[in-house]
Amino acid sequence: MINTYLTIVLAPLIGSIVVGLGGNRLGRTLSHSITILGVTISTVLSLYVFNHHVLNDGEIFNQNIYTWMQIGGLNISFGFLVDNLTSVMLVVVSFISLMVHIYTIGYMHEDEGYTKFFSYISLFTFAMFTLVMSNNFMQLFFGWEAVGLVSYLLIGFWHHKESAIEANLKAFIVNRVGDFGFLLGIALVLMFFGTLDYAETFNQKDQIIGLTLFGDFSAITVICLLLFVGAMGKSAQVPLHVWLPGSMEGPTPISALIHAATMVTAGIFMVSRMSPLFELSDVALTVVMVIGAITALFMGLLGIVQNDIKKVVAYSTLSQLGYMTVALGVSAYSVAIFHLMTHAFFKALLFLAAGSVIVALHHEQDIRKMGGLRKKMPITYITSLLGTLALIGFPGFAGFYSKDMIIEAVHYSELPFSGWVYFAVVLGVFITAFYSMRLLFLVFHGESRVDKHTEEHLHETAPSITVPLILLAIPSVVIGYFTIEPMLFGGWLDNGIYIDTSHESVENLKHHFHSAFSLISHSVMTLPFWMMVGGIATAWLFSLYRTEWADVIQRRFKRINYVLVSLYGFDRFNEIIFVRGALKLGNLLWKISDMAIIDQLLVNGSARFARFVGSFIRPVQTGYVYHYAFFMIISLMLVLGWVLVASDYSFYS
Amino acid sequence: MIALSDYLILSSIVFCIGLAGIFINRTNIIMLLMCVELILAAVNTNFIAFSYFNGDLAGQIFVFFILTVAAAEVAIGLAILTLMFRSRGSIDIDVTNTLKG
Repeated sequence: MINTYLTIVLAPLIGSIVVGLGGNRLGRTLSHSITILGVTISTVLSLYVFNHHVLNDGEIFNQNIYTWMQIGGLNISFGFLVDNLTSVMLVVVSFISLMVHIYTIGYMHEDEGYTKFFSYISLFTFAMFTLVMSNNFMQLFFGWEAVGLVSYLLIGFWHHKESAIEANLKAFIVNRVGDFGFLLGIALVLMFFGTLDYAETFNQKDQIIGLTLFGDFSAITVICLLLFVGAMGKSAQVPLHVWLPGSMEGPTPISALIHAATMVTAGIFMVSRMSPLFELSDVALTVVMVIGAITALFMGLLGIVQNDIKKVVAYSTLSQLGYMTVALGVSAYSVAIFHLMTHAFFKALLFLAAGSVIVALHHEQDIRKMGGLRKKMPITYITSLLGTLALIGFPGFAGFYSKDMIIEAVHYSELPFSGWVYFAVVLGVFITAFYSMRLLFLVFHGESRVDKHTEEHLHETAPSITVPLILLAIPSVVIGYFTIEPMLFGGWLDNGIYIDTSHESVENLKHHFHSAFSLISHSVMTLPFWMMVGGIATAWLFSLYRTEWADVIQRRFKRINYVLVSLYGFDRFNEIIFVRGALKLGNLLWKISDMAIIDQLLVNGSARFARFVGSFIRPVQTGYVYHYAFFMIISLMLVLGWVLVASDYSFYS
Repeated sequence: MIALSDYLILSSIVFCIGLAGIFINRTNIIMLLMCVELILAAVNTNFIAFSYFNGDLAGQIFVFFILTVAAAEVAIGLAILTLMFRSRGSIDIDVTNTLKG
């Protein structure tokens, strides 16, 4: 099996290197063929691994392959830990990546950086594989940083746009904040457990119970919170979410692959992987849950006031990531991974559909200049509709199962604040339905607001774009129905996830679960269903039936509108406190430490000291040979005389 | 019979004359070169005297080497002198102090 795993990881890397170095010589067709071949190999093998591990109960594979470095007694290796959790992630990542590779052929065909783009997304796929297959914290961190790097490169892919450069810098810096916490967490794991290997760490997890740090803080809570700070950065949880909307400056395929389906869910995956640690700390779990709920509710609200097609989907991603985080907080890790999977399919679909619209309208992203595209772009419309229904949790669609399970899991949770969180996630359903349907209505229904010239040439996009849409639409519809039972209750993920017996939400879910079908038939009697219906109705009311009402409400609730449009002021806060603060601090350090201490005192100071001493010594160098000779002879005589005196006239005796 | 000490006294006197010449002479560089030659001559006298009284010929062979080297040195010194005169128009010692600090 080890060769299979190695091939999965290395196939995209080789494709990326070959195309990255030789893209110009290979030409476009060969470049995309090579990278797509690499990812296809990974996808096929991932399915094989999935079959081996999940469907046939294969043994957990945990083996070090290569010693990365050895520091004292610490051995840091590259190794693979492949269990069911990893297998599920492998299939999701490779499948979405393959779809995005194919989609890119159509989306980027006019772009100059065509081959470079393929090289980057293949490199991303490699990095994501190393992240999910890692068997130790160091390799996890390597993959973590590598996906961050590629994300940075791709957000700034159109580097001639200033906004893209600002966005990728922002993403990079905000992620540094998260990574700093993550790194501290890893350091604490090393300090308390003396190892960075997952299995060894989890085996001795009980010995950390009761240990404290900095006096009173429980060590395990500090570790978990620090690790979660890393997850907050990568998975864009409040308040480290600010980079994700900005990342929409990148080309749409990477918004789908990196900033919706895979990379941003790395935090969710990481926390699930660390479930043996997180289960030890109720405090950490509560924090995780509350942060997730805040993200789920408030980021969803922002989606309502956005007018950029990609921004709406981006805020929706933030909100859904919040849902996953809530699931983590209530110890329903398998539900989080379940939602991660369904979300990966339908959100990648929604992004790619948005990209299809953007391409058709010649890079117009403002939904106020769209409308009525339904007839012109039937495939994009139908797939978007399916994706949207999955997102809002329409009964039977993939998102329905995962979101319903999260809400139920919160319902059964006994953590403090879980009542509020339940309220937030149920209200979130209404908001999700509202902004998603608003987007759908404004783009595809109603009167066309597209400008005349574009409208004449408007037609469905190329097959390389529509085929991935169709291929993603299928799992978006059916995957929830088929996987809910085995994944949550059939023990698919049991060998990768540990749940403490005191956290019973998944146990309770199991008791109340009958079949996937009965969930649909019962949904009419549940609160989330009516919230969703309410959301759809509201969206219809404001975006199709009475469009002028939206303006009236905007004017009536000016303050609230202002708060939403200004994104709760996070950006402004960061601008004032961190950016200007950093500038001021930098200025201060520049003046005091750079200009005053280093330049003036150390550099110029030592020069001035040398000149000062020189001003005394310089006159000795007259340049007259006889002066030098005189000094030499006089000195020689003095030395010889001294030797004579000191040696007691021994020359004479 | 001339004693060893007589040779040594002679060479000391020649040496001191050469030294004094270097110190006191302030006019031109040729004088300096001559004084250096005087000092070398004093040293050579010492070598020959010791060699003779010790019955060891090695000292006298050394003198040949020193003479050869001194000749080469003077040749170079005079060449430098010529060039200096050409560029500066003077071989006064007071002018040749450009190496001062």
